[in-house]
Amino acid sequence: MAARVLACASCHGAEGEGTSDVYFPRLAGKPAGYLYNQLVAFRDGRRKYPPMNYLLDFLPDAYLKQIAEHFASLRPPFPPPAVPTVSNETLARGEAIATQGDPQRGIPPCASCHGSSFGGMEPAIPGLLGLRASYISAQLGGWRYGTRTAIAPDCMQIVASLLTEDDVKAVAAFLSSRPAPADPSFARRGSLPMPLACGSEPN
Amino acid sequence: MPRTLQALLPVLAALLSIVVAPAMAQDAALLASGEYLARAGDCIACHTAREGKTFAGGLPMKTPFGTIYTSNITPDPQTGIGMWTSDQFYQLMHNGRFPDGGLVYPAMPFGSYTKVTRADSDAIYAYLRSIPPVRQLNRPHDLKFPFNNRSLIIGWRTLFFNAGEFKPDPAKSADWNRGAYLVEGLGHCGMCHTAINALGGSSESQAFEGGLIPMQNWYAPSLTSNKEAGLGEWSIEEITDYLRKGVSNRGAVYGPMAEVVYNSLQYLNDDDTRAMAIYLKGLTQGTSPEKPAAPLPFAESSLLLSLGKQIYDRECASCHGAVGLGMPPHYPPLAGNQSIQMVSAVNAIRMVLNGGYPPGTAGNPMPYGMPPFAHRLSDDEVAAVVTYIRTSWGNRGEAVSARQANELRAATLN
Repeated sequence: MAARVLACASCHGAEGEGTSDVYFPRLAGKPAGYLYNQLVAFRDGRRKYPPMNYLLDFLPDAYLKQIAEHFASLRPPFPPPAVPTVSNETLARGEAIATQGDPQRGIPPCASCHGSSFGGMEPAIPGLLGLRASYISAQLGGWRYGTRTAIAPDCMQIVASLLTEDDVKAVAAFLSSRPAPADPSFARRGSLPMPLACGSEPN
Repeated sequence: MPRTLQALLPVLAALLSIVVAPAMAQDAALLASGEYLARAGDCIACHTAREGKTFAGGLPMKTPFGTIYTSNITPDPQTGIGMWTSDQFYQLMHNGRFPDGGLVYPAMPFGSYTKVTRADSDAIYAYLRSIPPVRQLNRPHDLKFPFNNRSLIIGWRTLFFNAGEFKPDPAKSADWNRGAYLVEGLGHCGMCHTAINALGGSSESQAFEGGLIPMQNWYAPSLTSNKEAGLGEWSIEEITDYLRKGVSNRGAVYGPMAEVVYNSLQYLNDDDTRAMAIYLKGLTQGTSPEKPAAPLPFAESSLLLSLGKQIYDRECASCHGAVGLGMPPHYPPLAGNQSIQMVSAVNAIRMVLNGGYPPGTAGNPMPYGMPPFAHRLSDDEVAAVVTYIRTSWGNRGEAVSARQANELRAATLN
């Protein structure tokens, strides 16, 4: 399988660990359901990034599932956490949003769906560690501007639209500065009570 | 109910089933044939939008004249073709005219479909009437002036359109004729593999001689020249593998051809694939449309070559081999690969920039992919490595320039 997906390696690393390019995410160890949803979304144009849309254009569901399972099963080491380039105050703001949310503005904490250690939940909620700040903020931006969409109800689009630019910067800085998790696995299906309905993660 | 009649009921039912069953079987056979022919015509590729309902249209097709939105061909009576008769359907396929007599834009390949027999047109019609109707209004085309004036199509038709069903050539084999019927008719291969001129037409005298596909920036190679995609030197098995599986010992399909294999050719049966292969192989006995390109100055190309070899050894050789032999069918050979040596270097440059997966097909469900290098190689490096593979191991292509590589970075990917 590794040879079949060498086309992915030049951007995502041979084991899906990510590369030095800050906009290309780590794939390894994300739940297979999440990776599969993204592959289908890129193929069908729901999630827009021309190089990915083009590569996946003519690959059938069954193969995309195998590709997703392949990367979900890999556990390459995590990159060293990023050294934050923002103020301590911003970092603290990021931590507050990620762990407690902002109830007054209706923003749920990241941890409520992605897990208290941000490892994600089966089948389709991704882990948030091992990603660079630029990638995280680009994704949140993508949701706000419609280049990234998911099956309705698109919970992340709702969350992203509640965040300000400063919130995005803070959350991205905080998450990217977290060390590798001690246990790189995701939460069991349905084990986290989700505050929002999510089309990608049917309850 | 009188008792005698009641007693007769099972007999009547049995009689009825004798009458009805063959009719149903005939219907089923007609529908299956129509579905198969619709695959051969690749109707789905244009008449289904991304994430849209099958055959409900709405796919934007960019042309040099503006954007055309494909139509709903489901049997919905208001928004689809539910009210059409089989005569009207044939009229569109054969003549490029709507039921009201209006002219169809030639993005619909009626110039090829005109060769389809009435019986095959009727089978496709029957199949399209059997699919679920979808209520979805056709979106108006967004064509630039003056192309938004449909009467211009009259001029186009005068220049480029000849109506007429396929006429078998009695001097050729049944296979050859079947292949010609599929390639020239439903397959509408000439839509890409014949050069399109500035008027949006293609000339019959240049049939299958290749050309750059407008808007997509892929070069559809000549099917008549062995220097391009002419198949004269390929075995029948190599051609059928290429058409049905998307990979062969000679090379893999990519770009727009991957779409054709994915949506259409992989579904054709052994006999038809073989017939197409026989016809296509025979096409190469014709002319060779070689147009010499201006070569780069020697000093520049020799510099490119030495840089190109370094890049090749580092990035490419692990799959394509130190001397370009590849490991067919999954790692295509580059030595002797016609697609790399063509006068147009567009496809080779784009493969290096964008990489690509052959389509996932029944015969090759888990294809191997080529990585993109657009983010790793500079324009100079792309030009160097493409020049290297075009000119090494006996390949006779010409050098390419960094400028050509740069221009194709902006090529549309979808």
